[in-house]
Amino acid sequence: MADTKTPAGRAVHPAVGSSSGPLNRRRTRKQVRATAGSGRMAALLVSPTLLVLTIVVLYPTLMALNESLYGAKGLDPKTGFISDTEPFVGLRNYADILGQAGERFWNAFWNTTFFTVVTVALETLIGVAMALIMHKAFRGRGLVRAGILVPWAVPTAISGLLWRWIFNSDGIANALIGHQVLWTTEGFHAKVAVIVAEVWKTAPFIGLLVLAGLQVIPKEVYEAARIDGASAPRQFWHITLPLVKPALLVAMLFRCMDALRMFDLPYILIGAQKHSVETLSMLAQHEASNVRFGPASAYSVLLFLYVFLIALTFVRLLGADLIGDVGADTRKRKGRRLRIPAPRRKEVTA
Amino acid sequence: MKTRITRAFQCSAVLAAAGLLLSACGSSGDDGSGQTGATSFEGRGPITFVAGKDTTGTLQPLLDRWNKLHPKEKVTFIQLPTDADAQRQQMIQNAETKSDAYTVLYLDVVWTSEFAAHRWIDQLPEKQFPLDKMLKPVVETAKYRDGLYAAPSTSDGGMLYYRTDLLKKAGITQPPATWAEMKSACAKVKKLPEAKDMSCYAGQFQKYEGLTVNFSEAVNSAGGTVTDANGKPDVDTAEAKKGLDFLVDSVKDGTIPKEGITYQEEDSRQAFQSGKLVFLRNWPYVYSLAGKSEIAGKYAVAPLPGLNGPGSSSLGGHNLALSSFAKNKATAVDFMKFYTSEESANYFLKEAALAPPYTALYDDQALVKQYPYLPVLKESILRAVPRPRVVQYGDVTAAIQQEAYAALNGSKSSAQALKNLQKDLQQKYAAQ
Repeated sequence: MADTKTPAGRAVHPAVGSSSGPLNRRRTRKQVRATAGSGRMAALLVSPTLLVLTIVVLYPTLMALNESLYGAKGLDPKTGFISDTEPFVGLRNYADILGQAGERFWNAFWNTTFFTVVTVALETLIGVAMALIMHKAFRGRGLVRAGILVPWAVPTAISGLLWRWIFNSDGIANALIGHQVLWTTEGFHAKVAVIVAEVWKTAPFIGLLVLAGLQVIPKEVYEAARIDGASAPRQFWHITLPLVKPALLVAMLFRCMDALRMFDLPYILIGAQKHSVETLSMLAQHEASNVRFGPASAYSVLLFLYVFLIALTFVRLLGADLIGDVGADTRKRKGRRLRIPAPRRKEVTA
Repeated sequence: MKTRITRAFQCSAVLAAAGLLLSACGSSGDDGSGQTGATSFEGRGPITFVAGKDTTGTLQPLLDRWNKLHPKEKVTFIQLPTDADAQRQQMIQNAETKSDAYTVLYLDVVWTSEFAAHRWIDQLPEKQFPLDKMLKPVVETAKYRDGLYAAPSTSDGGMLYYRTDLLKKAGITQPPATWAEMKSACAKVKKLPEAKDMSCYAGQFQKYEGLTVNFSEAVNSAGGTVTDANGKPDVDTAEAKKGLDFLVDSVKDGTIPKEGITYQEEDSRQAFQSGKLVFLRNWPYVYSLAGKSEIAGKYAVAPLPGLNGPGSSSLGGHNLALSSFAKNKATAVDFMKFYTSEESANYFLKEAALAPPYTALYDDQALVKQYPYLPVLKESILRAVPRPRVVQYGDVTAAIQQEAYAALNGSKSSAQALKNLQKDLQQKYAAQ
């Protein structure tokens, strides 16, 4: 298993390949050469992908970085016309964002963070519950599954409009709680409205991924646990959760990324420039729509760094395994190999 | 361990990069293809007309008529989304890439200054358009720094809708001309048993463009100004405060229902139609819709009330502008003349109820019979003050919404809000 993996690892990351050399001293020179050859082949094969990624990811990223160093075009007071060129301002856009517009920036920053933490936490809880329900065999399961997935299929903009009706001053939400709350005005209630709509829409996403994770857990594990008399909560805690963790972490990571970039839901549901729900993406959009691409890029770059940091922390701390088996180091590989039998052994010996 | 870090780094890099795509479409460094004010309009051939979705179904027949008359200079309709912001964004993108795909643009009146200052649209020969036959405030919306940059096509003004049945029952014969009269009329109406749970008045006070319209109207109707003709702000005045105070006090004392600060055009129309309001400030489009509701035959329109007499409306509507980067500009100018002619305006009024820029049409008896509100609308437009005509309109309207909304929901006093607004607008004016 170990031998078949290394070439694959090299193929995708040729640069990393050399560090795994000492692991296999037994390997003959011939084998190494063959691997190098297939490495070149693999590099050739992935090069179209890399090229496309360079064009659609790397180039725009660098362009945005560059653009963020330019200011807005100025108005010539004599002619009344906007100048043709954008002045180079260095890091002033960033200084302005953190200084002059600092209050707005940090407000948006905390809103973004707050939304991410709260929605992802709620979505995880509800999503896992949904997955457990969808996974159970019962009559009408197909209907329940379809029902749970519907919100995820609704485009965010449409669900924003939908919830705006619900949260209207004389909408269903107010009728249900029997008390008039003006949800779309400034205040904490606006945040609540966004969170409810967001969780409604995206909990099924986590549910779906977790369901996929649940379906690969072998039945024998549960059978063994039942024979040993493990209670349902115990089974969930010691079998389901550890085994579904990789899928769950990937789902949560995706949701975090998405939530950090949240734009359309607060924009449509509550409205533009409402401080209670303004997110970093909305600030970037506001600048861009007023033809100030420099500051807009600066906001985007800051958001990019933030998302990047969160992603990095996520991957490092929680070990969310995004690219599967590729280039895994020995310790991790060992862990993975043991992972499936481990709970069974534990339960059996218990 | 090293590989692990690299991997983690790679994972997160790929994910995060996706987030940056958001704003990568900016452009920098134009080469300055110096377009100046007086352009010669040359070239004949096919052109395009760019506007939002035509919901009235009246546009294509008009274009067909032009195409029949000018088989070699056909006009193609490029349909943009219904949402005004999306239209503006696409037009700007077209201009930033200097594309000749768009020829004639259907511009919202508040975009004129911005498009003209960026030289995205050409200055037009004033003499070729019958401006003297048009209502003056409408023509003003098409100008930037005394130059004509667009041809007025349609207009729009706010009107006061009121419940004739209730006013009559309460013994009021005339619609109110001032805010005080409106409030006292309300007090009388509310003594009627059927009006016990009604609110008095509403406009559009959600934090969006409609708030800018309503705030400007209140300030102008009290004799104040938001910005002068050159975009210089002067809003921290006693008059402006009286205007804003009218709105703020009305929200406080319940003249405006408390959900009024969530109303956009449609919400306020629904509230009026379902009998929740005695008075409503809205656009002419409400007139025919309300005729199909439960209050049919029980309402009429009047000019907007003000502090000491009739108030002033903001102006809506659209103008035609010529993209600087277009080809076949001679054809384009001819088409604009055709599209904005009195004949076309008459057609649009008859078929689509779009308010014309031409004075004469408002006095046409046949049209007045079809649209009984026309005389009121004419008065409203004649007394109207355009919304701030500034290059950075997006920033100005954002600042207005910010401060006006804070005053309306009570988080700032109106004096403080106006003071902050003046400071904000001054800063933007100075930065220009």
